[in-house]
Amino acid sequence: MRHLLSTEDLSLSNAVRILDTAEEMAAVGEREVKKLPTLRGRTVVNLFFEDSTRTRISFEAAAKRLSADVINFAAKGSSVSKGESLKDTAQTLSAMGADAVVIRHWASGAPHRLAATDWIDAAVINAGDGTHEHPTQALLDAFTMRRHWSRLAGTPSAGADLTGMRVAIAGDVLHSRVARSNVWLLRTLGAEVTLVAPPTLLPIGVEKWPCTVSYDLDETLAKGVDAMMMLRVQGERMNASFFPTTREYSRRWGFDDNRLRALDGLGLKDTIIMHPGPMNRGLEISSAAADSPRSTVLAQVRNGVSIRMAALYLLLSGDTREPAGHADNTRFHTAENTSAHAPKESH
Amino acid sequence: MVLSQADIDRALTRIAHEILESNKGSQDLVLLGIPRRGYPLAVRLAAKIAAADPTVDPAAIVGQLDVTMFRDDLSHQAMRPPYPTQLPRTGIDNKVVVLIDDVLYSGRTIRAALDAIIDLGRPRIVRLAVLIDRGHRELPIRADHVGKNLPTSSAEKVRVRLAETDAVDGVPVNEVVIEATA
Repeated sequence: MRHLLSTEDLSLSNAVRILDTAEEMAAVGEREVKKLPTLRGRTVVNLFFEDSTRTRISFEAAAKRLSADVINFAAKGSSVSKGESLKDTAQTLSAMGADAVVIRHWASGAPHRLAATDWIDAAVINAGDGTHEHPTQALLDAFTMRRHWSRLAGTPSAGADLTGMRVAIAGDVLHSRVARSNVWLLRTLGAEVTLVAPPTLLPIGVEKWPCTVSYDLDETLAKGVDAMMMLRVQGERMNASFFPTTREYSRRWGFDDNRLRALDGLGLKDTIIMHPGPMNRGLEISSAAADSPRSTVLAQVRNGVSIRMAALYLLLSGDTREPAGHADNTRFHTAENTSAHAPKESH
Repeated sequence: MVLSQADIDRALTRIAHEILESNKGSQDLVLLGIPRRGYPLAVRLAAKIAAADPTVDPAAIVGQLDVTMFRDDLSHQAMRPPYPTQLPRTGIDNKVVVLIDDVLYSGRTIRAALDAIIDLGRPRIVRLAVLIDRGHRELPIRADHVGKNLPTSSAEKVRVRLAETDAVDGVPVNEVVIEATA
């Protein structure tokens, strides 16, 4: 794996490898010295063409815990606002010696463009592109679910997948790259996914996705759900009326106090409530739900740093001097063949 | 074959007694095995130390120390997945830590282990025990306890196969062999 661009083409073994590595990274966060020297001397550029606080800070924390140097680049107030193209911006950063580029862009496919061209030879990590994918968010969600799922089963989470877990994702699926990335990844990990949304907030072609689709949140909950993920209503991307009123939305598709109480009545005592943040409290999730013991919102933020450390480590370790133009996944294939099980070569 | 199962067992018994002797007893001892094969060796050593000194609880003095993230060759080697680091409940502060690995070669793994230890606490003393010392050091590091000094050419490969880590049908375990590399 040379780049982390989407979860759609992430294999099961690579997904589990990232989750397992993140488990070890999480242990670092509990130590007295919360820093590893692993990426000393490497430079990670956070290239953000779209506003983001938590994802950028999370990547910055992850890179710094691994001792990498971090350069933050926000499009606002930069030469991008003077009309510089993606290519020129990327090449400028590459000339400054970036080893990894974490990119968030309003255009779907921008990270793929960076990775597929020979503009730069740094590893590219997609931190959200348009309404397409947000792979590290899906990985941290899966990590959170896996910890919960293994704790229930009483088994260690390392090496496990999510076989049999029932996950419902409700809300603004149309504009959500989080939903897309989660659907692909959770399918790979063996979970059963149900999308719940008003018909106006479902994308065209959703019936071909590897999941079930429902318009009724209560009906989905009644069938049994192990993890309930609420999506943010993305007002800033809505240029038309997708639902009549926010009140109607929150009554029908929001996770409100009534639904929180109903979980106990349905016998779903172990169901967790997830939200990628930032939350619109009172719209897609009520305050009582967001602050309940079922909520994993803060655990998700914490796990985000571990997942991003794992992604940076896996992309930046190994021989980075391989010639440009090698097929994707080269490094993981090499690693599977040699290092994981073969005896150590240097003692 | 360089070491048979009985040879390995005798070497570990001797090292266990050497550790007790140089520490003048079992007080403050912590054995940290380096994955993958150092850890099972540490477990075996702890059992032998407990056999010699019944006051020792073997499970309480053994830990595993992963050094992957501290290596200096991460940008050249194929990617290695990290293993868990597990310390004994008592921690390592003011303890006598014995690092345990299967083969001592360049010394770079041990350098990484020393860095990893410093991030976890401050032991009173750090010692090193290895099953095989094959020479060719690249750093000023030496072992305090050695199972066998094995003169090798750097073109050769020393393989330690343990039942705990290398159990594959048809391949003999609990032995050390030298293989010539192509």
